[in-house]
Amino acid sequence: MLGALCVHAFALDGATMKYQVVIGLEVHTQLTTNTKIFCGCSTKFGSEPNSQTCPVCLGFPGALPVLNRQVVEYAIRAGLATNCSITQRNVFARKNYFYPDLPKGYQISQFDLPICQHGHLDIEVEGETKRIGITRIHMEEDAGKLVHADISEVGDDSCVDLNRACTPLLEIVSEPDMRSPDEAIAYLKKLHQIVMYLGICDGNLEEGSFRCDANVSLMPVGSTVFGTRAELKNINSFKFIKQAIEYEIERQAEILDDGGKVIQETRLFDPNTGTTRSMRGKEEAHDYRYFPDPDLVPVLIADQWIEDVRAELPELPEAKRARYVAELGLPEYDAEVLASSRELAQYYEETVALFPQAKIVSNWVMGEVARALNDDNNRSITDCPVTPALLADLLKLMEKGTISGKIAKTVFDEMYKTGKAPEKIVEEKGLVQVSDTGAIEAMVDEVLNNNPGQVEQYRGGKETVFGFFVGQVMRASKGKANPAVVNELLLKKLKA
Amino acid sequence: MEIFDLTIHELHDKLKAKEVSSVEATRAMLDRIEAVDGQVNAYITVTPEQALVEAEAADRRIAAGDIAPLTGIPMGLKDIFITKGIRTTCGSRILENFVPPYDGTAVAKLKEQGAVIVGKLNQDEFAMGSSNESSYFGPVKNPWNLECTPGGSSGGSAAAIAARTATATLGTDTGGSIRQPASHCSCVGVKPTYGRVSRYGVIAYASSLDQVGPLTRDVTDAALLLGAVAGYDPKDSTSVNTPVPDYLAGLKSGGKGLKIGLPKQYFIEGLDPDVKRAMDEAIALYKSLGAELREVSLPHTEYAVATYYLIATAEASSNLARYDGVRFGHRADEIRGLKEMYAKTRAEGFGSEVKRRIMLGTYALSSGYYDAYYVKAQKVRTLIMQDFLNAFNEVDVLLTPIAPTPPFKIGEKLADPLQMYLSDIFTIPVNLAGTCGISIPAGFSAAGLPIGLQLIGKPFGEATILSTAYAFEQETQWHLKKAPL
Ligand SMILES: [Zn+2]
Repeated sequence: MLGALCVHAFALDGATMKYQVVIGLEVHTQLTTNTKIFCGCSTKFGSEPNSQTCPVCLGFPGALPVLNRQVVEYAIRAGLATNCSITQRNVFARKNYFYPDLPKGYQISQFDLPICQHGHLDIEVEGETKRIGITRIHMEEDAGKLVHADISEVGDDSCVDLNRACTPLLEIVSEPDMRSPDEAIAYLKKLHQIVMYLGICDGNLEEGSFRCDANVSLMPVGSTVFGTRAELKNINSFKFIKQAIEYEIERQAEILDDGGKVIQETRLFDPNTGTTRSMRGKEEAHDYRYFPDPDLVPVLIADQWIEDVRAELPELPEAKRARYVAELGLPEYDAEVLASSRELAQYYEETVALFPQAKIVSNWVMGEVARALNDDNNRSITDCPVTPALLADLLKLMEKGTISGKIAKTVFDEMYKTGKAPEKIVEEKGLVQVSDTGAIEAMVDEVLNNNPGQVEQYRGGKETVFGFFVGQVMRASKGKANPAVVNELLLKKLKA
Repeated sequence: MEIFDLTIHELHDKLKAKEVSSVEATRAMLDRIEAVDGQVNAYITVTPEQALVEAEAADRRIAAGDIAPLTGIPMGLKDIFITKGIRTTCGSRILENFVPPYDGTAVAKLKEQGAVIVGKLNQDEFAMGSSNESSYFGPVKNPWNLECTPGGSSGGSAAAIAARTATATLGTDTGGSIRQPASHCSCVGVKPTYGRVSRYGVIAYASSLDQVGPLTRDVTDAALLLGAVAGYDPKDSTSVNTPVPDYLAGLKSGGKGLKIGLPKQYFIEGLDPDVKRAMDEAIALYKSLGAELREVSLPHTEYAVATYYLIATAEASSNLARYDGVRFGHRADEIRGLKEMYAKTRAEGFGSEVKRRIMLGTYALSSGYYDAYYVKAQKVRTLIMQDFLNAFNEVDVLLTPIAPTPPFKIGEKLADPLQMYLSDIFTIPVNLAGTCGISIPAGFSAAGLPIGLQLIGKPFGEATILSTAYAFEQETQWHLKKAPL
């Protein structure tokens, strides 16, 4: 039953589609500042519980928050990169509710005046470009987390780890502009790529550095009035987000088909079953009693600060891709792949700076380099043993004709293993290409003398035998003979 | 004269001249506490061992020729100040056994100078009260008349000065909590400009109103102690980065040629006749000193109490949410589940005045009422602030009563919270405006109870109110009178 409805909801053919899905996303990105948003404690992940805490982030009586300036700077970066306007007078508010991992009984967040507003991102789905609005980006502190510890240790109590309490977050809220799970994923991936490019978030979904809540509703096709939405909480992979939204569309479509009403509620996604279940209904909705935090003075952002941040913004993926095509003449595909991560692009650009043949470098980075890293347990490009300088040296050797393209691949593998310079490897292993006409001529003569039958065939018009001679000469030279010279001599002798 | 009768500056001179040691002074103070605090109940916690260790350290420092104004001086702190290793209750059962892991900024500054902390002083629970009757540790008695309240919420701090069980103390003032008890106990109390003294390490009642200040025997000590704790603190975003003047050096400049304003809304019908008489005498004295006195208007005064109780309770409802039984302080027994833990812990831990204010504040912030109450109150607050700034375009300081009546009897106003709230009517506007005020002894009622005088200054005008107060003190003997204890 559900399967059939699923087809309804997703059918691209307008005639069979009954409902239009409406999706809005709220993304929490944890910022990569060294210290927390309101105290000097470290934000390092995975330390001993409560080892990174102080009276401020523990919410002890008498402790007061002091804003980390870098958080504001990162928020400005995010805002500029997503085409937002920057709010110059920022007020922090208290969001009041009780929860054991919320030390002060309130979360310091921004309410009516978020630091960034009215932005957008353009996404591409199936070749079409679509603009997704960004309603707001605001700064806030994270809560700690509950640890349901080993029963033998603490009985059936729960423990609270406050290492994460007070770490800085940006909440990035989109407009309900997405109309399919694919659009939602495209938007998320784009946002993910941007925050990583900006260097403000490590993008680690599993560790919760990039978490997503999705608001999903359905309305009859052609309607302009949104249906009642369900909020899907804290999903930590692109795959699960897609699954959760897809399941939610099916669930809501079934309710609507049966003439029922979707209720507004918060739902949790269960990755084991691929389904969502109710967490709390609207009737339990909190009254957060927001009011300006009297412990923090308003943050005033001068024009100059915004301009300084703008001047230091890195080139973003879209601009980079366009530049690779326009200036370097790369094919769209290469440009897209190379610009997909800031680190990969940097590696590429550093290599091109030393060896200015854009397409050859692209082939190598997307080919040998990517393959080697992939085989090496998905090692990061930033610690690739073959640095851009080494790779450029290798390509120069190939260009000079010192080694052949085939030998270059062998040399590359050796460089990757040992980190040695290519010249050294070529020298140590005796891999220098033989271009000496005399030496090659001797080998050519020997091959022709040893294979009189094939010579006869060739001269009789069977030109395909030529490849056989080339192979034989290359084998005799152990691959070091310059293929151009081999070709030239073979032709000369055979035609003689 | 006993050692415990001395002011900071008098004791400092004796310590410096090596006529007395800090250990002797501290012992004398501890003995005095032992002897009379049973009647007054000013102390929640006395720390004799720690105090004597600090006193010995101070004596070593003095012997080495390194003496600061507070070195070796036995002091008490309102129990709202976070003190590392010393139980800090804030007058509440919920923090009955709370021993903080850190020192706040003001306390750290006192320790840097080598002050000796003899104990923590009683107060209204979470600084909520005007009579010190809301403390979980029992009411403080006014040393001038043990049947009367010492005022609140820094009642323990003021009573300790009057009972001569501390040379000087620090309190906090949210709506008059330093000035009003100073008035009721005949000592000097300063509420500095908001932002002048760091609030880091001071348990918050209403963050936008709370301010730390000294309670002392005379104006000189107030100048000295304020100078010791004032200044910018990077740990408190609301502290202000302007230089701290030498308050002591400026003391003698006051009085002559000064323009003193008398806000007409403060001299109303119904003012207690003894208070009225003391004010008239003070006005006459300033005239005789060459000051120019004129009537000014603070037109929004009548809204101050209502505004205060909306803003203060709203902030308090949020500030007190952290007392939930999860990490520190009291936790109720035999609880099933999280909600019950919160509810039972807070029901047991907080007293009725605190609960009343949490509920008021929660209501004022709740959706549907926020604009009508909290937002409106903030707007009125701005108008009150503007009233003061307008008045200070005309005059240098304002002279007003501190309280409508002399100290009242313990229990007298308990049944009528509104009546109690109105007793802060002359002090509250200063907190809403964020400016500074001082309370100094200005006489006694027919029944022998103290009456204080308030001088209100411009923002960061502490030097002016101190010198104005000093001029008055030089001409009167009120501050020298001792409580009969
Ligand atoms: Zn911390």
